[in-house]
Formats: sequence, structure tokens, C-alpha cells
Amino acid sequence: MTEQTYDAIVVGSGMSGGWAAKELTEHGMKVLLLERGENIEHITGYVTALKAPWELPHRNRLTNQIREEHATMTRDFFMDEGNAYLWTNEKDSPYIEKRPFDWFRGYHVGGRSLMWGRQSYRWNKFDYEANLKEGVGVDWPIRYEDMAPWYDHVESWAGISGSLEGLEQLPDGKFLPPMELTVVEKSVAARIKAHYADSRRLIIGRVANLTEAHNGRNHCQYRNKCDLGCPFGAYFSTQSSTLPAAVKTGNLTLRPFSIVTQLLYDKDSRKSTGVEVLDAETRVTYQYKSKIIFLCASTLNSAWVLMNSATDVWPGGLGSSSGELGHNIMDHHFRVGASGDVEGFEDRYIFGRRANGFYIPRYRNLFGDKRSYSRGFGYQGGSSRAGWDREIAELGIGSAMKDALMEPGPWTIGMTGFGEVLPNHDNHVTLDRNTKDKWGLPILSIDCDIGENEKKMRLDMMNDAAEMLEAAGVKNVKPKDSGYVLGQGIHEMGSARMGRDPKTSVLNKHNQVWDAQNVFVTDGSCMASTSCVNPSLTYMAMTARAANFAVDAMKRGDV
Amino acid sequence: MVGSQVLLSGQAIPEKKAAGFTDDDRAFLDEIGETIIPATDIPGAKAVGIGAFMTMMVTDCYTDKEHALFADGLRKIDEACKAKGGKTFMESTPAERTDLANALEAEQRAQHAKNPNDESPHYFRMMKELTLLGYFSSEIGCTKAVRYIEVPGSYNGDAPYTKGERAWF
Repeated sequence: MTEQTYDAIVVGSGMSGGWAAKELTEHGMKVLLLERGENIEHITGYVTALKAPWELPHRNRLTNQIREEHATMTRDFFMDEGNAYLWTNEKDSPYIEKRPFDWFRGYHVGGRSLMWGRQSYRWNKFDYEANLKEGVGVDWPIRYEDMAPWYDHVESWAGISGSLEGLEQLPDGKFLPPMELTVVEKSVAARIKAHYADSRRLIIGRVANLTEAHNGRNHCQYRNKCDLGCPFGAYFSTQSSTLPAAVKTGNLTLRPFSIVTQLLYDKDSRKSTGVEVLDAETRVTYQYKSKIIFLCASTLNSAWVLMNSATDVWPGGLGSSSGELGHNIMDHHFRVGASGDVEGFEDRYIFGRRANGFYIPRYRNLFGDKRSYSRGFGYQGGSSRAGWDREIAELGIGSAMKDALMEPGPWTIGMTGFGEVLPNHDNHVTLDRNTKDKWGLPILSIDCDIGENEKKMRLDMMNDAAEMLEAAGVKNVKPKDSGYVLGQGIHEMGSARMGRDPKTSVLNKHNQVWDAQNVFVTDGSCMASTSCVNPSLTYMAMTARAANFAVDAMKRGDV
Repeated sequence: MVGSQVLLSGQAIPEKKAAGFTDDDRAFLDEIGETIIPATDIPGAKAVGIGAFMTMMVTDCYTDKEHALFADGLRKIDEACKAKGGKTFMESTPAERTDLANALEAEQRAQHAKNPNDESPHYFRMMKELTLLGYFSSEIGCTKAVRYIEVPGSYNGDAPYTKGERAWF
């Protein structure tokens, strides 16, 4: 067993861990960044990113082998032949579904910051107050005002493109110029705005793709292959953005293939002294010591690490004294909305592949609107002209069909809601010590489902979408609920929630574990509720805020 | 998208593998593909090796059930041909092949309309969709039938379009 000492250890190199490494190293701290999977080098590591469609043998369709290695993830639509190598092999890393749960993992440097959807929205002030007002879950120990400067901070560095809208429910930020709506989306936006007297608005998505050069990175090339890694560094990822910044300081040590099996805990000082690491390749165990630890291993895996730590003191693991560790797992529920056909605009088309869609910010249960459920949802959608894979009623086979398919088809438009999921103590994960992964480590057993509030909300998500499209003159509008299980949104949150009281929460207002205050958990684990907007921007801001607090606290000698 | 329901539903894959395809099967499927997308002033499906593409996709991506239905479809096509005029599909003229394919297309559309989520899709639906995928995503398809640019570099959501211009892949 070998041992080395750092100022800080960051566990996980994804969205949150990358930010922790950047902020801490830029403040002069010597940081060890641990990643359980392989290294993927920026640009050269993106092995499928520059392949033409015909260079993928199965033309980007899933093979049976990919399905066998990703049995739960291939139930959804995110995986394809090109990006499959970035998604975790579930045969090596299985989990137990007490109830169906789709767990999307990326075990490599950069984590899911390489494959994320890049939609980037600030939470609003109502989001941080909702738990308190409704008596649901626990009150957030922070408010929008606490987060606003950190949203500024991370947006300015990461580069978020978007339009300024002046909406209280979707605060504006430090944006690069917005991408463009299609001609059809502009038409639909104008008609929705008029029909609902501007109480609903269709806007261009706010997205972590650069619309102009930024911090030495290239602007988006409109290839829409972001999930393969971007050779232009045009969207925010650990590799394109936070990792090079951390490396530049000379204070970073990155160690891939490092599975953190537990945080080391000292009962007397009530602090963690470091981590135990299992080398995923050699299977040798190491210990690394540090003054502080940032746990950014992803929502469910950070819970795993905590539950496997300090079990001699707390059988449920470090941070379990409240009984909330591993509980209150949330996500965003979606896959419900509407689509339809758009007449006209035959003389208009799209050039370039926009890696973004439109967004309709939340309007339900706000500003006097009151529904039979609480919270709300936003919509994400897009429009395009149908391609060669469309069915043409009067043309079955032959040269006439071929000629027709060589031209663009009619315009279509569609959207799906993304709805808030309420915290629920019953939605939880546990360690199953009887079942082991490839490395002989216990695996997670996941037991979660949506509740009545979400089910009621889904009816509105479907019917409102259809109503808006019809109001906008869209034809053949088809409302649809394609069903949803937790995890499918790939926005899993909760498991180590922040709060004001150590009896009911795992983390305090600075993301410190109540039971070990030199341990900061800043990934999705910390969330006490979900809002309805995509969470990554909030993880970034939360991490930057906690890291800067940690640096100051260390200078004061407080941790 | 590609006739195989498993690609849409992600259902479990049965363990057993159906028998492999032969060079004769690939030659046969080349002609099926060429009937669906014939050469015009732009090459057709045979030029992109559609037979080999179809058999690879069926072997690597389809369920055993779909694989068996697809393989059985080759036999059924010959039987239907012989019932019509006594010749095999390979012996038939392009016009005869087109007549048969039109009939099979009507048959598969009727079956699909009745049960769009059928786990036993019509073999001709699989053949047609694999032909479209294999053709349009090929280098010939992307560069001659439609248009493809690896790095567009900019975006215009309101670009002018004149009827007759090729679609973007």
C-alpha cells in the first residue's frame, strides 16, 4: 500500500469534478483528480467524431453486441453505434432494478460531460423556495441570490449561447449570441406568443455550444455530432474546458483507472483523511491523503462511495446519520408531448446541423396559474423537413420513389415536456453486498418510481403541447405519452441532499457532509429538488461556489 | 426506422443465431435492392453493395425471429415469382421484378398498418428499409443522391430552397 498527500482530492472527472479541479488548482491547491475509467484525450480520443455516415459499418444503428453490453441503456434512444464506446459496459458494472431504472453512466475522463445534452438553464427563485412553501422534502439552505454570482461565473467561462428574454421563471445569464430558430419555429413562436398573450414563449435553446470563439475554443461548426466528442472543442466538456485550465496551473495530477472504494474517516477529528483507491487495471489498492475531498462521482456513485465509507461508525456509511443518504432520488420525467405537420414553407430549408432545439419555459403554477399538481415543466423540441426515411403514401418502390426521396419532404415539428419530479424518501438506492461487479465491489440496488404528482403533470404536458401546436396552425397534431421510468432523463439527482438540519439532510449549505465537514459533495447528489430545467449548469455553479468556499475555509483553518 | 422492431423497442435478444447467408443470397438481395432503388442517371442500390449490407445488418442487428423471417422471405419471393410466371426472381425481367415488388410492398404496408409494432415484421418491409438505409447512408447515396457536408461551419434555419435541389443527409 503506497501513500501520497495532496491539498485536495477530487473524485470523478465529469461535469462537477472538472469544475472542482479547475477552481481548486487555480487557487494554488495541489489536486489529485481521480477517475475510475480510462483517459480519453481531447480531440485524438474522439475516435468516431470525424467519421462520415458510410464509415460506420452499421450506419450508426445498434448491433446485438452493443445491446448485450448495454442492456438497460439500449432501451432508450441515446445510444448508437458511434457513441456506444463512451457508455459503460453493464456486464462489467451491473446494478439491480427493484423497479425499472435506466442508469446511464460514462466511466472515463470527462464522464458524461462528453455526451451531455448541453442545454443550460438557470434555476429561478421559485425553484429554491418551492420545498419550503409546499412543505415538500426539506427547504433548500440556499436561494437564487446565493447562486446567481456562481451562475455568472460558470456561464462566463463555459460559454453558453442564448437569448435574453427577461423572464422571471428563466433568469437570463451571461450569454454568447443565440443560435437561430428555423423559419417554421419562428412562425410557431409568433403564433404562440399572440395566442397566449405572451404568457408562453417559444425561444431558442440555451446551449453550451459556442456561437463565437471563446477562451481559445472554436465556435460550433453545426455538425450535430456532439455526443461523439467535439474535435473543435466547441461545446463545454471537461476535456475542452475545465481540464486544460486545471492542467495549465501545474497543480493537477490526473489519475485514470482509479476506483475510489471508500473515503478514509478519522473518528476523533470527525474528518476524512483521504481515499482508498482500487486500480481498475492492476487491482492494486492505494491510499491517498488530503485535507479536503470533493466527491463528484455522479449522483448514484457518490452515494455508493459514501455508503461504503466509515461503516464501522455508521452501518449505513458516511453521511447516513440523518437516514437520508441514498434516498430522495429524482430525475426529470419526459417522453410526453406532441408533434405534427407544418403546411407551406416549401421554398425554405435548413443549412447546417444545429446542435440545439427550441425551448418553451415553464408557465404552469406560476403567476396565478394553479393546477391540480404542484411544480411544472418546460418543453424542448425541434422542426425539420422530413428526410429519405419518410414513407410516401403513393410511392412504394422504384425510380419515382428514389427521385422523391432525394428531395426534402414536408416540414414537421415536435416537442417533449421535461417535468419536475418531487423528492420522495421511498425512492432510494442501497448497497447490495451479495452481488459484485467485475472488481468484486458491491453493486447498487435501485428502487424508484414516479408518483401521482408527476402522473397528473404528464396529462398537461401532453395536452398543452397539442393545444399550442394547434393554436400555431400545425396540422395532424398527435399528442403522445411514450412512457417513462426514472433515470431515462439522465438527470438523476438527490441521494445526499442539502438542507438546514443535520437530522434531515446529508449536506449543509456549502455542500459539506454534516458528519465530515472536509468532504464536499457537489454533483447531482446534493439536490433537494429538481426544478424542471436541465441540471448541469447548476452542478457547475454549485461546485464552483463550494470550491471557492473550501479554499477560503482552508485559509481560515476552518476545515 | 429499420424494419426490425428490436431497434425501436430494445427488447431482449434471443440467444440462438439463425443460419448464415450465402453469396447467392447476397446476389439475390442486390437485385431486390436494385428493384427498390434502381439506377437512373444516379447509381442504384446494387452499386453500393446493398446485398452484403443487408445480410450484415440482419446478422449483426436483428433478432433471431427477424433474421429467420428475413431469410424465409428470400424463399417466399422465389415462390411468388414462380406462381406468377414460372420463373425464379433472378430469371425474371426488371419489369416482372418491379410488378412483384409492388405487390409485396402493398402486402407489407397492409400488414404494417394493421400492427405497426409487430414483432414479426413483413420480410419485404425489412428489405425495403435496409435498402433505403444502406443506399442513402452510403458514400454514393450521401454524395450523389443527397448531399452531405462533414463540417457545415455555419447554420441557416431559413435558407432558400428551389424544388429539385437535393436534400441534406
